[in-house]
Amino acid sequence: MTQPKTILVAENISKQYRLGVVGTGTISHDLNRWWNRIQGKQDPYLKVGDTNDRSTKANSNYVWALEDINFEVKQGEVLGIIGKNGAGKSTLLKLLSRVTSPTTGEIKTRGRIASLLEVGTGFHPELTGRENIYLNGAILGMTKAEIKVKEDEIVEFSGCERYIDTPVKRYSSGMRVRLAFAVAAHLEPDILVIDEVLAVGDAEFQKKAIGKMQDISNSEGRTVLFVSHNMAAVKSLCTRALVLEHGKIVFEGSQNDAVNFYLSTEKHKHQINLASRTDRKGNQKMKVSNVSFFNKKGDEVYEVISGDYLKIRVSLEKHKPVNYKKLFIGINFIDPNMNFSLSYVNDEMGFSFADLEQKDTFELEIPNLYLRARDYSLRLLITENDTNAHNFIDLIENAASLNILAGDIWGSGKLNRTGSIAILPGSFNIPD
Amino acid sequence: MNTEAEDSWLYVISSKRKLINFNFEEIWRYRDLLILFVKRDIVTVYKQTILGPLWYIIQPLFTSVIFTLIFNKLGQIQTNGIDPFLFNLAGVTAWNYFKECLTGTSNTFTSNQNIFGKVYFPRIILPLSITISNLLKFGIQLLIFFGFWLYYYSQGMNLSINSGYILLFPIYVIMMGMLGLGLGMIISSMTTKYRDLTILVGFAVQLLMFLSAVPYPVSEAKAKFSKNIALFVEFNPLTQIIEGFRFMLLNTGSFTWFGFFYTLAVCIILFLVGLLIFNRTEKTFIDTV
Repeated sequence: MTQPKTILVAENISKQYRLGVVGTGTISHDLNRWWNRIQGKQDPYLKVGDTNDRSTKANSNYVWALEDINFEVKQGEVLGIIGKNGAGKSTLLKLLSRVTSPTTGEIKTRGRIASLLEVGTGFHPELTGRENIYLNGAILGMTKAEIKVKEDEIVEFSGCERYIDTPVKRYSSGMRVRLAFAVAAHLEPDILVIDEVLAVGDAEFQKKAIGKMQDISNSEGRTVLFVSHNMAAVKSLCTRALVLEHGKIVFEGSQNDAVNFYLSTEKHKHQINLASRTDRKGNQKMKVSNVSFFNKKGDEVYEVISGDYLKIRVSLEKHKPVNYKKLFIGINFIDPNMNFSLSYVNDEMGFSFADLEQKDTFELEIPNLYLRARDYSLRLLITENDTNAHNFIDLIENAASLNILAGDIWGSGKLNRTGSIAILPGSFNIPD
Repeated sequence: MNTEAEDSWLYVISSKRKLINFNFEEIWRYRDLLILFVKRDIVTVYKQTILGPLWYIIQPLFTSVIFTLIFNKLGQIQTNGIDPFLFNLAGVTAWNYFKECLTGTSNTFTSNQNIFGKVYFPRIILPLSITISNLLKFGIQLLIFFGFWLYYYSQGMNLSINSGYILLFPIYVIMMGMLGLGLGMIISSMTTKYRDLTILVGFAVQLLMFLSAVPYPVSEAKAKFSKNIALFVEFNPLTQIIEGFRFMLLNTGSFTWFGFFYTLAVCIILFLVGLLIFNRTEKTFIDTV
């Protein structure tokens, strides 16, 4: 095998956006810009500009959505791009797919780039499904002949055979998305840019879509740039990943390292100061003052992939002496429907908190968190002697929130569904 | 090691703007898209209407009838011996092509921002497709015109086609398309930032029609307008084209080679300027639209 050649290079690309309403004042800025240009000076508005942090107050009318981005992509590589909302992922993809051009820097490519920024672009409601396959395919850069070859395959993949000669305006939104994804998935550009398409359709179609994505990247050896919030998908599809934060690349490396880096730095803004919360029950001889999560390496995390290792560390504030030998501590995972999905209580596990007398933190280790993907909140209960309400020391609901992301627990290459509660070991077989 | 030369890049997405930056090869590769857009424009306009494509015909006919009533019956405008209805129909048919091209292309960026914001294809494809689908519409309307022409001819009216100059007809059609497309591209580029122009175009096109000798011959304008307005009307390239159409189809009015080349030059210049501005705008308009 020869060394795969570099197919795409981004050099110092930056993108500046204007904040607020574009309208009044644009003429004066435009004239000022133009005046500076004919004098041979630099654009005065390029010097200003804040870093792209959505939550802080702006000091300037201009913002850098991307700043000095440099990276290379080799032929056949599947590059993941991850980051929070507003980190600049979509801006980067827009630049790559030539929807808009960078403020500075340049992107060089050796192949045709096609993007799947949002499926179904350019569908005309009055045209039939079949006519839209051609129109949409052509918009995405295919020629008529190329589409003709793939037409049957596209119709079959979409699962809309019955409606294919009906105007698209009569389609359900799900059918529209299926058809659109089917067209897009059959594109054959040198470089494919994908943004969050996996979040569409019903469970059955999602499975199909992810399978197709894997086909595209694994067997067909296509170069793919993949932007997603779905960490498990990034882990299983990509070969390398970038982490963007405030418009800058903060990490570049293997997909696993990048996902770990992202999960450990992703700070949730709604994190509450537990110690100061007053919505508690119990006699408050002791108070839960902090709950935090860690991965296997010991880095603090705020999200975890279903099936992965998780350590929960709880810190306590001690106010009055209690009988540590008779302490009951329970940790419950509560799902969004307020169901208790998972409970750990020390007495049934045969663990005594007698040694907690000298310490003020304890930990719960879960080697494999087999809960299905969902946002969970944690409920903590500390009682003395028994679990009757009058013996409660501290009960705090929603002490912390933990986002569990879909994983691939069975190792089958397919993301686990989000329905039901947990995944427990088991296997199918057909007896002799 | 990177042994490949720098020029082996397929293309470069850069912040730098070249004055002229056309990739004709790329436009050619997207020719199927152009055809599909034309087809879409034609097929979908009158879907779910009862009269369907008949609307293509009704519109110029009614306009001509109204013009005839107002300008010729009420306003006593002379049409050099040609039946006023036929005279107006010729002008309206030609004018419609220009108008449809201009209004169709002038909102290219704003009305397609959804597609443009998500996929790249040479943006010029869209205004081109509008000009071409309007050409087909123009063809249909022209057939109707010839229908009436033959009807009046069979009724014994003194009609003739200027057989010497009719060869210029395709050039006139192209000039008309270039003018509409060029102006449309200029306006669509400006409206990405300043929406005022969209409002302006709506009524400016109406007013322009009256200054382009559509419902009257140039000779009437020269006779009745003040000198400055008459000069404006005469050297308005649109007047030249409309008058040229009537000269070829009805053998009425005037034709000068100076006027022809002057109009051709204006059309080409406006078209090129439009192309240039459009090309500059298409790269970043999505940020300001």
